[in-house]
Amino acid sequence: MSSTVEHAESHAHGHGLGDAVTHNAAKFGMWLFLGTEILLFGGLFAAYALFRAKFPDLFYDSHKKLDVTLGAVNTIVLIFSSFTMALAVSASQKRNRKWLMILLSVTFICGAAFGVNKYFEYSAKFHHNIFPDTNIFFALYFMMTGLHMLHVFVGMGIIFALIIMAKQGRFKEGNRYTPVEVGGLYWHLVDLIWIYLFPLLYLIG
Amino acid sequence: MSTHDHTEEHHTGLRVYAAVCLALFVLTAVTVYVAKFDFGDFNIVVAMLIASIKASIVALYFMHLKFEDKLTWIYALYPLFLLFLLIGFTIMETFTRVPVIK
Repeated sequence: MSSTVEHAESHAHGHGLGDAVTHNAAKFGMWLFLGTEILLFGGLFAAYALFRAKFPDLFYDSHKKLDVTLGAVNTIVLIFSSFTMALAVSASQKRNRKWLMILLSVTFICGAAFGVNKYFEYSAKFHHNIFPDTNIFFALYFMMTGLHMLHVFVGMGIIFALIIMAKQGRFKEGNRYTPVEVGGLYWHLVDLIWIYLFPLLYLIG
Repeated sequence: MSTHDHTEEHHTGLRVYAAVCLALFVLTAVTVYVAKFDFGDFNIVVAMLIASIKASIVALYFMHLKFEDKLTWIYALYPLFLLFLLIGFTIMETFTRVPVIK
């Protein structure tokens, strides 16, 4: 990594570590972190593959107890929130503070809507006496969606911090908007993982 | 990493993002619809194929991977390779294991 920075610096024509270098280093760091996140969920995906291969009928029967409509609605909500997050990064590049704050807020609200939806889903499962120890399918269901939900909450915290920073005028002309872009990358990963969780858990054909 | 002073602009406009979002909505509908049909062992293949198309679109456009340099691509793809090894060998092991007790 240091060699990359040095290499980049030599091109910065003696201005020290320029904004562009700092910006790219931060972005690159986030991509590295996202790699570790993928492998964290990867362990669960591997467990899922193993147990689904072993107990195909149990997986098929259990998945029917999940609400496809709620799952699909949550998928749409998260995709839409990724859309508004991408637009928020655009707005921060254009130094458009008003739209940045609006778009970040919409993204935050989508995250909250996802959480509320998931709360009703979990409650319905508990109400029907379905718990993580019901069987291996639901153990994986609660673990995977629970870990994902945790990431949604962390993402919402990041977006909330970005809204505060935008309100303070941190992304004005001349300032870097790096936090918005890097925070956006994290939020998109949360969407990415759900894109796989939805068909794996709700749509076992 | 690109070191031009203005690396920031990705030239992705509202129109592209809206098209991407729409495509993701459509693919979500497709994956729900397709799940109603039984392709046997290919159910999971079809579902994962659609999910991977969606994931690629998110990474390329929303996450700007399309505009990133080679190094970022390598670090984005490397975990997927590890994941492929992990899940690939797990599945292989499961299907080829001979039960000890019959």
